[in-house]
Amino acid sequence: MKAFEELRSSLIESLTGLGSVVRFLLRLIVNSPGALRRYDLILQQIYNSGALSLVIIMLSGLFVGMVLGLQGFQLLQRFGSEEALGTAAAIGLVKELGPVVTALLFAGRAGSALASELGLMRATDQISAMEMMAVDPIGRVCVPRFLGGVITMPLLSAIFCVIGIYGAQLVGVQMMGVDSGSFWSQMRASVGMSDINEGIVKSCIFGVACSLIAVYEGYYATPTAEGVGQATTRTVVTSAVVILFLDYLLTAAFL
Amino acid sequence: MPTVKLVNQTAAIVEIRNLNYAIGGRPVFAGLDMSIPRGRITAIMGPSGTGKTTLLRLITGQLIADSGSIEVAGVDLRTVRRTDLYLLRRRMGMLFQNGALLTDLSVFENVAFPLREHTDLPESLIRLLVLMKLQAVGLRGAAELMPSELSGGMSRRVALARAIVMDPEILVYDEPFVGLDPISLGVILRLIRHLNDALGFTSIVVSHDVQEISTVADQIFLLSGGKVVARGTPGELKANPSDVVRQFIGGLADGPVPFHYPAPDYFGELLAAGEDH
Repeated sequence: MKAFEELRSSLIESLTGLGSVVRFLLRLIVNSPGALRRYDLILQQIYNSGALSLVIIMLSGLFVGMVLGLQGFQLLQRFGSEEALGTAAAIGLVKELGPVVTALLFAGRAGSALASELGLMRATDQISAMEMMAVDPIGRVCVPRFLGGVITMPLLSAIFCVIGIYGAQLVGVQMMGVDSGSFWSQMRASVGMSDINEGIVKSCIFGVACSLIAVYEGYYATPTAEGVGQATTRTVVTSAVVILFLDYLLTAAFL
Repeated sequence: MPTVKLVNQTAAIVEIRNLNYAIGGRPVFAGLDMSIPRGRITAIMGPSGTGKTTLLRLITGQLIADSGSIEVAGVDLRTVRRTDLYLLRRRMGMLFQNGALLTDLSVFENVAFPLREHTDLPESLIRLLVLMKLQAVGLRGAAELMPSELSGGMSRRVALARAIVMDPEILVYDEPFVGLDPISLGVILRLIRHLNDALGFTSIVVSHDVQEISTVADQIFLLSGGKVVARGTPGELKANPSDVVRQFIGGLADGPVPFHYPAPDYFGELLAAGEDH
């Protein structure tokens, strides 16, 4: 009976939390048209979340592509079809690894920074100060950060894929001796717009999820050092789980 | 600028009646009554944990009372809509304990922030207004510094300049003297008095620094146990024979406000601990 009660209360707590996140998302959306008029604030956030994440995204993309090149070559060589390496690497990156790994890196780099920044703003009364100056912190602080993340994610994902394909080419063509013409021509022949669209849709949805989680956790962080730390941790952990769960759903939907 | 509908314009700018407020089931205020006059410096004092900052947050609409009424400039905060509350707040300024400056903006931009958000003034006029307010707090020369480059006292003076940049009717100070050196403290005290006299604000100061606040306050409310236990001018309070007032004003460690947090019998607990060993 006690276990049932605990299950019931934890279920209610989870649903309440989910409702609170959805309500927060609606407030962000309602405030978005106003924030869009102040594009300088959004540009600043695109710089913070996007430009400052470029190095980690590009490096990771290169290494993931190189690993794909190595693994793909080893596997395809068994069937005598090394020329298909370009196709295998491109499809793997564009449809799956690009959006997912970019989102995971975004959550770790930009998401955690967003959550801790907002949490510290709450802990140092900056959010309360804005409210006291009759400025809605949702519109002034949260929406630009949210939109900045949403816009940034597909761009970062695209850069990740391009660098990743270059990494696969570097290993496959330059090091393993796969024919360059076959590598590129097979890729161009096999990768269609539907594959690219799948990647774009995934990265857009991951962008909304990661930015929403980071902004929500930061905005509602307990205003103490421990609370800000917990909000940052929750941002990374929740984002990772949600990204992988959504990835499964989206992949199934695109089949 | 649009104006807030006035419900009841009285001589008192803040009118609190039978206020009840609890945090986590623990009552902070039980039937609090308070009337803060317009154009004066009113101090709200009391021992730590009496809910002084909570009262400020209730007066500024950051918290909603459980029951009772709070009217600020004729606006009932228990029933006010969010848009009207924001309109009311444009007529209020608040100085937070730590200044609460926006850390990604320079001193100049911090003071200009409310003007940029609420007005369409040309840049030249914004610059003029900001420099005037910074001059009033003696920090015109620090306009281009970032908040991280300021001392605690300077941060509070910049925050004060930001709080008065929209020329509010009510200025609320939350523990403005905490952690300040004697020079900065003297500067803040002088600014509170000067701004009140020169610009005609109503100032509400929450503090437990008895000596400092007594030099500028026109009226003091002493809170204890969720109620006003004494009110009057600083002189009247010093002459008040009540035990609570004497303990607070005299800084006595023990009295009606106990030194010890409620705990089981001391010797009984020590003996029990000894028996466990």
